[in-house]
Amino acid sequence: MCLAIPAKIVESNPENPASGLVEVLGVRRKVDLSLLTEENPSPGDWVLIHVGFAMSKISEQDAAEQLRILRLLGEAEAALEEVRGYGSSTSDGGEQASKPRK
Amino acid sequence: MKYVDEFRDPETIEAAAREIRRLADPSRHYRIMEVCGGHTHAIYRFGLQDLLPENLELIHGPGCPVCVLPMGRIDDGLELARQPGMIFAAFGDMMRVPGTRGTPLEHQARGMDVRIVYSPADALEIARKNPDKHVLFFAIGFETTAPSTALTLKRARAENVPNFSVFCNHVTIIPAIRAILDSPDMRLDAFIGPGHVSTVIGCRPYEWIAENEGKPIAVSGFEPADILQSIVMLLGQLERGESKVENQYRRVVPREGNRAALQVMAEVFELRPYFEWRGLGFISQSALRIRGEYARWDAEKRFDVPGVRVTDPRAAQCGEVLKGVLRPAQCKLFGKECTPEQPVGALMVSAEGSCAAYYNYEHRKRAARNLVSLR
Repeated sequence: MCLAIPAKIVESNPENPASGLVEVLGVRRKVDLSLLTEENPSPGDWVLIHVGFAMSKISEQDAAEQLRILRLLGEAEAALEEVRGYGSSTSDGGEQASKPRK
Repeated sequence: MKYVDEFRDPETIEAAAREIRRLADPSRHYRIMEVCGGHTHAIYRFGLQDLLPENLELIHGPGCPVCVLPMGRIDDGLELARQPGMIFAAFGDMMRVPGTRGTPLEHQARGMDVRIVYSPADALEIARKNPDKHVLFFAIGFETTAPSTALTLKRARAENVPNFSVFCNHVTIIPAIRAILDSPDMRLDAFIGPGHVSTVIGCRPYEWIAENEGKPIAVSGFEPADILQSIVMLLGQLERGESKVENQYRRVVPREGNRAALQVMAEVFELRPYFEWRGLGFISQSALRIRGEYARWDAEKRFDVPGVRVTDPRAAQCGEVLKGVLRPAQCKLFGKECTPEQPVGALMVSAEGSCAAYYNYEHRKRAARNLVSLR
């Protein structure tokens, strides 16, 4: 929940900002770009995502740094798991959630 | 220094560490609080305390939303979800947090329909797909997650989704800092401000800390070099007798924050007169509740909430640790009755809580060292 996940916008539609497509480490998922409309989020832009919503536009270099820091903190896996989880919900989440966090 | 080599910019880190030693007055003892749980995690993970002089102590603040949530709120949420036809939806971080009668996962094992969601929008989607059930979204977090809950509530209202409600536990960081500053045993000199919360709220809300309380604050990134540079900024201010808000994380944090996010929060939420924080007690105007226009999607208005209150055991000294009066290991329960596996107090509950972070990195490191020396 507290992870800020860097992602690259792949598709965005100003008519429907709630349904942008982003890519994180090769995983593509729908995220909500509505809170960034003032900044005109466009394909190729990098953003920081919190719980499925893009909250800020960042540079490509900062995105790479944020990804590196997630790896060093041992949280890159958790970030990927979160991104994969967007648009889904599990009722059998026991195994995932009971994994000890490092 | 063992982590330094892993970084792209070890020279920056070493230069910042040298500058800190140069600026720190050996006749003083400095207590600097990092407010955000993410910083706490980074500080332990990277062993940053080892790079600091002995008279500079980092105090780990209240910025872990799971840790500061009173157990009674978890009990309330789970009690509502025990009604027939209910689905309890929450972020994965909540799933292992104990209520009086167990964690959400344990409730799931006993038959409750519990779903992990990664976004509040997904909780709303579950409601759309399950019209014969009611989805209760257990919302937690600071300003990084509150705008997403707000936007989801707006959509639920716009579409008039009848079977969705939010049990709102969103809190705001500034009043917690104020409560810590107001406490009589407060001993802090300066603050490392949260990075990602500030992408939403900007830097201005911190100005009163600098102006009225005379405490310097530096909004910081999460790299070791960022955190050390923030400390350099703070020591510089203390040396010059200044107190202002500096933005070390300018590359990501705009001074004005995210206006759209602030606007949707203001539209959907209002301040509660007071809210209880685990370890800190009741703090006025420190949490968000859902505005009357959204009452139909507010679980607290829609259902009878039991209003459970569970006091932490007296022996747990979370409040003293939060205020920097005690270090984690100085609490009587630390590592004995209270461990990350069996948390008694707030700060052991999540990996970002200061006691859990300390336990995971320091305590185990020491235990390993002891084993080696015994041989």
